[in-house]
Amino acid sequence: MASITLAGVSVEFPVFNAASRSLKNRVLSVATGGAIDRRTDGHVIVRGLEDVSCAIKDGDRIGLVGHNGSGKTTLLRVLSGIYRPTSGSAAIDGDCVSLINISLGIDPEATGRENIRLRAAMMGMRPEELRKQFDEIAEFSGLGDFLDMPFRTYSSGMQLRLAFSTSTAIRPEILVMDEWLSTGDEDFKHKADKRLREIVSTTKILVLASHSRELLQKNCNRILWMDHGRVRMDGPANDVLPAYFG
Amino acid sequence: MLPTRTGFVADAFADIGAALRKHHLATTFSWQDVAQRYRRSRVGAFWLTINMGVLIGALGFVFGTLFRTPMHEYLPYICVSLIFWGFISTSINEGCTAFIGAEGIILQVRMPLFTHVLRTLYRNAIILGHNILIYPLVLLSVGRMPTWDVFLALPGFVILTLNLLWIMLILAVLCARYRDMTQVVQNMLQVILYLTPVMWMPKTLPEGISGLLLDLNPFYHLISVVRDPLLGNLPSATNWMACVGFAVVGWTAALLLFSRYRHRVPYWL
Repeated sequence: MASITLAGVSVEFPVFNAASRSLKNRVLSVATGGAIDRRTDGHVIVRGLEDVSCAIKDGDRIGLVGHNGSGKTTLLRVLSGIYRPTSGSAAIDGDCVSLINISLGIDPEATGRENIRLRAAMMGMRPEELRKQFDEIAEFSGLGDFLDMPFRTYSSGMQLRLAFSTSTAIRPEILVMDEWLSTGDEDFKHKADKRLREIVSTTKILVLASHSRELLQKNCNRILWMDHGRVRMDGPANDVLPAYFG
Repeated sequence: MLPTRTGFVADAFADIGAALRKHHLATTFSWQDVAQRYRRSRVGAFWLTINMGVLIGALGFVFGTLFRTPMHEYLPYICVSLIFWGFISTSINEGCTAFIGAEGIILQVRMPLFTHVLRTLYRNAIILGHNILIYPLVLLSVGRMPTWDVFLALPGFVILTLNLLWIMLILAVLCARYRDMTQVVQNMLQVILYLTPVMWMPKTLPEGISGLLLDLNPFYHLISVVRDPLLGNLPSATNWMACVGFAVVGWTAALLLFSRYRHRVPYWL
């Protein structure tokens, strides 16, 4: 059983301008006092999410829509347990993996094989699990002998293949994605699409942020429409998508 | 509904516990860090050993002459001192950027925060492992034989790293919030290098001053518990008591700070 429950979640970012972020200024402002003190002390707060509540349970395929700056990425980070809400509560039950930047952790100077190891560690895969999966990952990438070459010698398509193959080897309970991953040439794209659909079908909860109506229609059964950090609409894909895309 | 105070502390313990359980993460990344720096060089990470060796030779010659200490006594001393001071000061320095430097990971992957502190410590321990190779060479070159006391350096090393970890944890949190702290720490470490018997030997101090400069300096105790056994002496009970006390007080403070601000760290990055 995996579930996510958000109750009245708000997220506020403190913005430390150069003035309030440094210790020097804090000490100096105490020393000088007066006008500067007041000006530097009240640092700006940006509200990323405001009073977001929703209950997500097994089998939910959530699509996240909203304009730029509507709080999608912030919400994804709350859902993956990276930001703890500044007020309200977020209970995340189940191991969660985010496929947001699939190249995170890759070292261009290291070989393909080493990078599979690095990337797998970053995804939270245990060493013994990786040993079992290693050959399959190597094969799926289709890189052959290039796996023993430094990553920097790869074409950008090949680099994505490696990152994709490793990142999608894991089967989490909760999967968080920012846009559908589409990579490589026609041939690989086909394979990749199939693999992604496989993960999506085995995962218990999917959260996918996307701007593509077709993609959301195909993969999601519930859509959250974010607007200015609030949930504007939350309901079945067939109700929300027409309202959002108009 | 915010967790209670005890909930916060339990969270901090859970974070540290998870980091220790998943220590393969810290190991993988720290080896990677060292490998990355020396990737295309022929000698690789042994450049560390060479650099340190040259430094020890040069400083040993200059200061040995200045202090008029016989080489067979001074050279092993400065060798062990510099190697461990390097470990201590670089760990603390890099501890400041443990969270800042891992920004990309922290904002994208849910991973115990303490993993990043461990990674920094492991990285420096690997470097220490390369540097320590000089120690037997220096002993040989001055014709001294190590004694069985050498093994007492191991518990000393454990208490030293326990202390370094809490210092690094506190600094990692503080520096994520106040970016200038990194510079302050760097500055302080430079001063501490001269205040602590690293280049100079405790016995060269005039009578009377030593009490203040040595006993009140935590870094003197920290370096002594490892250095003395390697030089065939026994660290004093005071050294050990100071280190243990320092660890207890420090970890308490670190846990309180970490439990209070752990969740704020991603917001500060």
